Amino acid sequence: MTYTTLALTLIFVLIPLILSKTLNLGLEKDTLVATVRSIIQLLAVGYVLKFVFDADSYLYMFLMITLMIVAATLNARKKGKAIKGITWKIATTLIIVEVVTQSILLGLNIVPATAQYIIPISGMLIGNSMVLSILFLNRFTAEIEATKDSIELVLSLGGTSKQAIHMQLKSAIRASMIPTIESQKTIGLVQLPGMMSGQIIGGADPVVAVQFQILIIFALLTTAALSSILVGFLSYPTLFNDRLQYIENSTSK
Amino acid sequence: MSKNGAAIQFQDISLERGETLILKGITDTIYKGKITALVGPSGAGKTTLLKLCNGLISPTNGEIIVDQHPITEFEPTTLRRQVGIVLQNAPMIRGSVFDNLALPIKLQRSNLHTEEAISMLNNVGLDESFLTRDAYELSGGQKQKVAIARTLMNRPKILLLDEITSALDPVSKGEIEQLIRKINKEYGVTIIWITHNLQQAKDIGDFIWVMMKGQLVESGDKSIFEHTKNSKVQQFFEGKF
Repeated sequence: MTYTTLALTLIFVLIPLILSKTLNLGLEKDTLVATVRSIIQLLAVGYVLKFVFDADSYLYMFLMITLMIVAATLNARKKGKAIKGITWKIATTLIIVEVVTQSILLGLNIVPATAQYIIPISGMLIGNSMVLSILFLNRFTAEIEATKDSIELVLSLGGTSKQAIHMQLKSAIRASMIPTIESQKTIGLVQLPGMMSGQIIGGADPVVAVQFQILIIFALLTTAALSSILVGFLSYPTLFNDRLQYIENSTSK
Repeated sequence: MSKNGAAIQFQDISLERGETLILKGITDTIYKGKITALVGPSGAGKTTLLKLCNGLISPTNGEIIVDQHPITEFEPTTLRRQVGIVLQNAPMIRGSVFDNLALPIKLQRSNLHTEEAISMLNNVGLDESFLTRDAYELSGGQKQKVAIARTLMNRPKILLLDEITSALDPVSKGEIEQLIRKINKEYGVTIIWITHNLQQAKDIGDFIWVMMKGQLVESGDKSIFEHTKNSKVQQFFEGKF
């Protein structure tokens, strides 16, 4: 694809801009910012990836993955900023997710240990883990706000902090995992996943593309479960003090 | 009365939240086996004082002595079983009445037997047909009775009641008053009861505590209703605020 042809795809940006203006949705500025950012970020990452692939150095791969984890952490922490130490809790979660999934993929020789495989797969898994953490924190903080009475009830009857928060934790873990599980049920029927479509457009054998997609969707299940459970179990103890008292405003500011 | 008869002693208790002083210099004793009615205008700090006894919150200054031991020496879970609280509005957990009664037992990783649940229901004046009822579908009075029964599952020595009859009809109110008297007399449970109803405080309280603006302004037996020297308390008794 030439840059001139690529420029024509800006029509897809013009359509929402015109609609937003006509219907007074007020989304023009956000749409423009998103467009400019995506062009710059994707072009930059394209050149960085080319450099890293050519260098074939583990140090550059490590730096690239670290950058992904830092960016994902900074984005996800906004949703739980009132929770004490949320930044390192999310960072720890993303690191564990990356270590566990890559250990399985590389340790069992499922994918070759090259930048071409490690970086895109890490990107997809860390990105998914970030979204899961955001979904979890959103639901968890809302659940706590809505059910303070039942938290106080369990504590007042002699329950531990874990028992007091168990229902909210379980509900938030389930709610954050459901989109991943549900989207996998219709995969291939309703939607052709981005990675698979990209490979097919790029000229890869569709069967090989499907094999890689299966690998990714299975890994995403682990990512989903690990992310919400880890963020949850790392977060809830900071909502209580050592006298098992719920700390007011520990989830909202 | 001697200190041996003390169920709870408050020693210069204060509680601050940011710039606000919620409780100020509370010093007095709650006696074992007695019913203390805690009265006072809204915002006086009555609920906060109850939550201090159950350990749901801690004072900023001062010491609370429960059964001759500083409250901080108790494991929070042990304290809360020993000093049970029935919270205002009787929050129910999702599920049946049995699920609610079983909650305190489950928290100790044990199971509640049906016979035990029926016996406790009978104690609070409900029959066994209630066991399978959805707790959310109960009336206000029935919820209060289940909430009392649920707290009693822990066999507390002290029972804290936070306005448990304020939203009830006269019949339910009478039934609950009778029940609390029974729990106090038959099982010797010490009771602190927050009420907005001064007649109820007179009828049921062995001792009366009056709180205003975070302070304990008057305490004593029922005679304080007739002989208070505090003009603000007198005005409160006369329903002037």
